[in-house]
Amino acid sequence: MAHEPIIKRAEDKARANMPDYARASASFSWSAARAGLDGLADGCLNIAYEAVDRHVMHGHGGERAIRWLAADGHTSDFSYEDLRRQTNKFANVLRRLGLARGESVFSLLGRTPYLHIAALGSLKAGALFCPVYSVFGPEPLRARMEIGAARVLVTTEALYRKKVAPQRAELRDLQHVLLIDGSSSGIVEGVQDLRALMEAADEEAEIVATKPDDIALLHFTSGTTGKPKGVMHAHEAVVAHHITGFYALDLRAGDVFWCTADPGWVTGMSYGVIAPLTNRACILLDEADFDADRWRRILQNEKVSVWYTAPTAIRMLMRGGEDAFKGCDLSALRFIASVGEPLHAEAVEWSARALGKPIHDNWWQTETGGIMIANFAAMDVRPGSMGKPIPGVEAAIVERADETVRVIEAPMQIGELALRPGWPSMMRGYLHEEARYQKCFAGGWYFSGDLAMRDGDGYYWFVGRADDLIKSAGHLIGPFEVESALMSHPAVAEAAVIGLPDPVIGESIKAYVVLKQGHQQDDAMLRELLGHARKRLGPAIAPKAIVFRQNLPKTRSGKMMRRLLKARELGLPEGDLSTLESDER
Amino acid sequence: MTETETEILAVLRDELQRLAPEIDFDTVDRTRPIQQEFDIDSMDFLNYVTAIHERLGVNVPEPDYGKVATISGALAYLKSR
Repeated sequence: MAHEPIIKRAEDKARANMPDYARASASFSWSAARAGLDGLADGCLNIAYEAVDRHVMHGHGGERAIRWLAADGHTSDFSYEDLRRQTNKFANVLRRLGLARGESVFSLLGRTPYLHIAALGSLKAGALFCPVYSVFGPEPLRARMEIGAARVLVTTEALYRKKVAPQRAELRDLQHVLLIDGSSSGIVEGVQDLRALMEAADEEAEIVATKPDDIALLHFTSGTTGKPKGVMHAHEAVVAHHITGFYALDLRAGDVFWCTADPGWVTGMSYGVIAPLTNRACILLDEADFDADRWRRILQNEKVSVWYTAPTAIRMLMRGGEDAFKGCDLSALRFIASVGEPLHAEAVEWSARALGKPIHDNWWQTETGGIMIANFAAMDVRPGSMGKPIPGVEAAIVERADETVRVIEAPMQIGELALRPGWPSMMRGYLHEEARYQKCFAGGWYFSGDLAMRDGDGYYWFVGRADDLIKSAGHLIGPFEVESALMSHPAVAEAAVIGLPDPVIGESIKAYVVLKQGHQQDDAMLRELLGHARKRLGPAIAPKAIVFRQNLPKTRSGKMMRRLLKARELGLPEGDLSTLESDER
Repeated sequence: MTETETEILAVLRDELQRLAPEIDFDTVDRTRPIQQEFDIDSMDFLNYVTAIHERLGVNVPEPDYGKVATISGALAYLKSR
């Protein structure tokens, strides 16, 4: 092996939440994990109760739950009791608005505590909560709000004006827009000032007695074709959030936990909101965008003890060199983890040198709801590996052929990463898309769509996606959604979108465009198309590069052969071309 | 505006319009962060810093990124270099 394993010291292992992986895996049961939570009467379970109220019940109401570093430089703290009252108020606001149980509340917010209050308050009221990435443009936002039948939207005035107001009439299900900073409340019809509503609301509320299988959260993920998929998670998912936070992030009461993920994605909810709270840690929430200098100051000054971040951020920090961390006091930092895309061995080794600790990569997906495979605090790290399955999770490398599934036992053979369903945060379905959901399963396995290998000691190694999905800066992007936005420009006849390897953001989005007759292939057109895509999709999923072609490679059935474009771009073998009908020109 | 300022501004305009063609350079608030005004991510911001280096020959070290984070800040900073 080119990279030496990082061996954990005996004293580090002894103080980890899970000192012995093999023993914990052998004795693990989900019912025992469930017993670590309080639950409600009659077998009911509510995520918000487990995250907030139960700690107040046990006398910890005064402990700090959230420290918010606002972009304007001020800091605000919320205790567990503050959070209990605020979430009660939000639940009462929803009741006053007449929201029925199971109806959906969407958020379009940056990193603000209103996200935590809205999410947990919605769950207390028995609503379905769906956070949407605030950088999305109007089109991806509308697609998600339509599929999820958004009844209430919590957002800011600026985001509302830019992304919602122009298409409000088309959002037929949307009844209430609550602005967290609304100064124009009452001026625009159907827009209300959340702060005023919260002010008037009672701070005591009854938590809806949700059943473990009741749907609590909706997260959207991209598919290669068609619309985005609404992944549904039940209240019971909290059992997995809690135990994976404990095992894979080594979270414990009193930790200062910094999850840098955006709240609009599943990581921002499972680990930015729920897991740290159920484990009674303090959430550190930084509103501003990435800035290497400030991040180093935050790690030191806020005494971050557990840090959960992403490869893109780590690679940007690496650009500053190892010396940038010299003189930075990281003595409070106990555990570092990363997710979003595979973390290269070089980054793990850099961290061991520059930060004095390796970064622990882990793997999971929107569909799995929580961490499935991880490098644990008490387990030696093999740089470049995603680690081993969480206790209670059975993983395998498999080969699928039609209806038969063969488990690959031999070490370091490439196959699809599959999981045996049954953990509590497994998705309960794709909203309104039963057929797509069923396609994820065969022979008693859930198929992740990721290619991986397992070594002789049980460590898993990521290889790539089995489909055309793009992973850019940790975001999973469906090429179809980007192509559709390009196609909506009147000059575009055809478009194909692929991801190309990028040293910092993982994959960078490149678009190939065929123009309709009579349009000039020039720099002005390139800029116009880029601007068009950015306006519709938002900057995170708009292509970074656009090139013109006369024709794009397609199969006989008219399916775009994105794989071929990518192979040519990377100088790789073109593979089976038997279905190629018309080629790239 | 001096000749240097005009030249710097032309480069900033060109590079930022390349990253965010849909934003009108003349209507943005020059005292507010470029990332927000132009809706660009951290990676694009680094591309902008790299472009400053390539076109104006000024290497902006990481601790100085904050000084070029607004258009007015960048103008003042680049003029002094």
